[in-house]
This record gives sequence, C-alpha cells and structure tokens, in this order.
Amino acid sequence: MEEKGRAEKHISRREVEHVAWLARIELSEEEKELYTQQFNQILAYFGKLAELNTEEVPPELHVVSLVNVYRDDKVKKPLSRGEALKNAPKKREEYFEAPKIL
Amino acid sequence: MARLFELPVWEASGQIRSGELSAEEYVSCFLERVERLDGEVKAYITVVREKALRQARLVDRKVKAGLKLGRLAGVPVAVKDNICTVGIRTTCASRMLENFVPPYDATVVERLKAEDAVILGKTNMDEFAMGTSTETSYFGPTRNPWNLERVPGGSSGGSAAAVAAGMAPLSLGSDTGGSIRCPASFCGVVGLKPTYGLVSRYGLIAYANSLEQIGPLAFNTRDCSLLLSVIAGRDLRDSTTLSVEAVGYGEALGGNLKGFKVGLVKELMGEGTHPAVVEAVQRFAGKLEELGAWIGEVSLPILDYALPAYYIIAMSEASSNLARYDGIRYGFRAEGEGLDWSREFSVTRSLGFGPEVKRRIILGTYALSAGYYDRFFLKAVKVATLIRRSLAEAFKKFNLLLAPTMPLPPFRLGEKISDPLALYMCDIDTVPVNLAGVPAISIPCGFHGGLPLGAQLIAPPLGEESLLKTAEAYEKAAPEMFRRPPLG
Repeated sequence: MEEKGRAEKHISRREVEHVAWLARIELSEEEKELYTQQFNQILAYFGKLAELNTEEVPPELHVVSLVNVYRDDKVKKPLSRGEALKNAPKKREEYFEAPKIL
Repeated sequence: MARLFELPVWEASGQIRSGELSAEEYVSCFLERVERLDGEVKAYITVVREKALRQARLVDRKVKAGLKLGRLAGVPVAVKDNICTVGIRTTCASRMLENFVPPYDATVVERLKAEDAVILGKTNMDEFAMGTSTETSYFGPTRNPWNLERVPGGSSGGSAAAVAAGMAPLSLGSDTGGSIRCPASFCGVVGLKPTYGLVSRYGLIAYANSLEQIGPLAFNTRDCSLLLSVIAGRDLRDSTTLSVEAVGYGEALGGNLKGFKVGLVKELMGEGTHPAVVEAVQRFAGKLEELGAWIGEVSLPILDYALPAYYIIAMSEASSNLARYDGIRYGFRAEGEGLDWSREFSVTRSLGFGPEVKRRIILGTYALSAGYYDRFFLKAVKVATLIRRSLAEAFKKFNLLLAPTMPLPPFRLGEKISDPLALYMCDIDTVPVNLAGVPAISIPCGFHGGLPLGAQLIAPPLGEESLLKTAEAYEKAAPEMFRRPPLG
C-alpha cells in the first residue's frame, strides 16, 4: 500500500481519464485503474532523466543532417477513387461516410 | 548434405538462374514446411501460397526463355506485416487493420520484386511493432522454434521464427528499438538494423519514424548482406533516405580482422545481464581476438539513460502517428448509431487497439502535453543527442562496439506480459542504437539450456560493411553457433 501511495503522485486517475480523452481512446473502469497504476510505475522510471543536466544540450533527432530535400513537382498517377474507397468500412456512393459532426 | 531449405540463398538463386534448380521446387519446399510447422510456431499471419507459386513459375519461364533475372530470382521472402504489400492484407497484427489491403507496395517490396523475389507471406509481430515478445499480436503469439513454450522475441518475432524454422530463407523486419535484433537473438539467426536513412520507410506503417528502419533477417551473414544490398538506397518517396549509392555488401566479406578495434561496452555487460549471456559475449570477443581483432573495453555511462529516453520518444511519436486511425478511410470501425464524432472515434480506437498500443498512445500524449513537453519529450531528445555524441566519441577509438543483443535468454510466454516496465527493461541493450541512428547486427553466439543467445555489433553511421565483414569472419570460425532448431 505504501508503494501505491508513493507512486500516486505522478499521475492521478482523473489525469489518465483526461489524457485518454485527448487521445480519443475510451477506457473501461478496469483499464483506468490498471493504467493509473502502471503509468505511475513507468513515469517514476522516466523521472530518472531529471538526474541529467541538459541545459546546454541541443535537441537533435537526426544522425546525418539533411536539408531541403527537393523533388520535381511532377504529376503522377494518383489512386483511383475506387482504390481509395476500397478499404473504407462505411461508404456512400463516391464518398467516405463519417459520423455526425453537428 | 544440406536439405533444400538449408541451402544458402546466394547459392539457391544462382542455381535457379542457371536452371539447375526450379523456382517452383524451391518455393514449394518452404510452403510445405509452413504447412507442416506453422500450426505450432505461428510465424505467419497470411501465407499467399497461390500467388507465390505463380510467381515462382513465372521465374522458371523466364529462365527457360533466357531472360535476365534479378539477384533474388525465385527466392521466397517473408515480409513483416507492417510493410505494405499491394493486394495482400497488411494488418500490423492489429484488429484496427485486420482487413486492410494496401493499394500500393512499400519501396522495399518493389525492390524485392524487381530482383525477381517471391513474396511468401506476411509475418506475425507485436501489434503495431510495440513489444519485445510478439505476444501483443491480435492474432495470438508466435512461439520460439527452439522451444515452443518460449517467446521468439519481438517485435519482428514472426520474421525471425520463420527464418529459424526454415519456413522462409529470408525475411524483412523493422527495428524501432531492437525489433529486428531481439528476435534474431532469441531465434538464433542474423538480423541487421541499418543506419537511419539507408533503407526507405515508404510503405512501412509508422510507429516512431525518427527511430525505425526496415532491415534483413537471414540464416547466414552472406544472405543477410544480399538482402540488404537489394533494399538499401535512396528513395525520393522517403525524404529522410541518404544519398548513398546502394553497395553490394557481399563484396565486403572475406579477409581477416587484423587491426580491427572492437570495444566491449561495460555498461551493457554488467549487473542485470544474465551470466550465460555475459559468458557467451566474452567468448565471442575471444573468437574475434583469435581472428586478429583487438578487443578493449569502453565505458559509456550515458547509456544508463537510454531506455527512458527511448520510450518517451517512441511513445510520443506513436501518439501522433496513430492519431490517423479513425475508422473512416480504412481500418476497424465500431458499430454505433447516433454517436457523435468524438465518441465514435473514441469507441473505435478503444476496440480497435490492444492494451499495449493504448498504453503507449496515452503515455505519449501525456509526454507531449502542455506542462510535460519540456520535462519528458524535449529532455529525451536532448539525451538522444548526448548518446549520439558519446557513441561518436567511442568510434574515434574503436571500429566497432560489442554488447549483448538481449540481457537474457528467451523467456517463457506469459512471463513478463503483465508487467510492462519489466518487458521494456529487456530492450536496454538495443535502444541506444536507434537513438543514435547507427547500424547494428545481431549474430548467434551461444546457447543456454538449448536456447540461442546473440551478440550485438554496433558500427558508426554507414558502417554496415564492417558489421557484415566481422559477422561473416565469426560465422566461418564458429559455424557451430549457426544451428537449426530441432523441429524436423
């Protein structure tokens, strides 16, 4: 129980619900419970990075720096409408069918 | 005498081109093994038997007609199921893409076809390549051909198991944090993660695009070189590919290792590494020494921070990449009338994704959200810079670095799956390579309790030739490490 109390401080169940909503993933009550507990363990471990001073370090994500990769702006054969619609779970005539927005 | 499925690919393709061996016979031999063995191993999600046989007969007709054939003439290749294949369903081992049939080929698949290779099927994997054991597949786990109670490693577990079990002579995997090298190590095959940008990612379904590369798995080093030669090279459809000429990697093979300096990475050999693994890697180093290499030790303390940095970056990118799965243009869509947009979207994603994928998307969303971005994502990217610099420094003194591929032998199915953090910890030796964008190879280097162990060699950017040359020299000196599992 002490373990749980200590871990709780990284992320609360309400925060898990909120972030899951931002990611548009509906969670069951069991998932909320389980993820809150697991996220606290994982975030506690991620906290290890705070030990490092990185103030002067630039964030670089690429091994070899590539700049401005251009290609010719040529028209190529696009997917046909039929091909583009082929994998859609719901379609109507020539359109994808989306859920109601308004 | 080697059985047909054991024939090295470079030899088989030569025989096919010269008409000595028919492509149909060669391909059938693997299809027969899939039929006999894959019920238990479950390396494949989809096998395209008829397509493969048709393609093989086409190759045979071309041979008879005296037409010029490619480097992989009549050679079956198993392709990981996150690499798009036109007309063949590509599921990412997810319910979300269970019925997705791509309208186009990935660049690597186009290149295979251009060399007259035969696509045999699509291999099982962790859902969206998120995992270390191939247990998170929507279609059920792949089993290790060496011991069916053990995991094959992941996420390209099906690709490694198929090669080990002789259900394909070659396969493609993808490696975001070790997903080629880990299963290569656990199944006792050769697997190479190329330099970031050497191989096109066009048509690879994205998980964490700044880290991942498609790469080859094979039973021996020469075959691995051959497959890499075919898939490497610039592609205008992936703007991160490097403008390097595709090399014939086979030409680098042969010769001794005199003057080669290899640094054993201290931090990856210490506490937490299974003693059998440490011993096998030390013996591997000893063998390289006999072959003329000079072995030293190198300490890279920053690597203690690689794992959290990797997971933060990978999860963050995943949360963004997987936002596209809305069930509208393709993929799974929840049934439901009258739900509003956001709700239908949320239910679709809740049912379409498995637990590990949801875990990573939500944590990644958190790491990128206001207030946490600096503390998690930005910090992790800065740590990646430090890791890259630290490796670059080490490569001033050493040609290659050496470490275990995995800190432990293949574990039991179900042993770690309920404890995500324990499973993440298994990636400790493989993730630094992806953060630094450098190439690495896993080579079979020993056995423990009848299960294979792997050694990992790491090179500076575009150092694939020295990885393959070293691996091949070792293979020739220690052929007993390159064994087939007792499957029949």
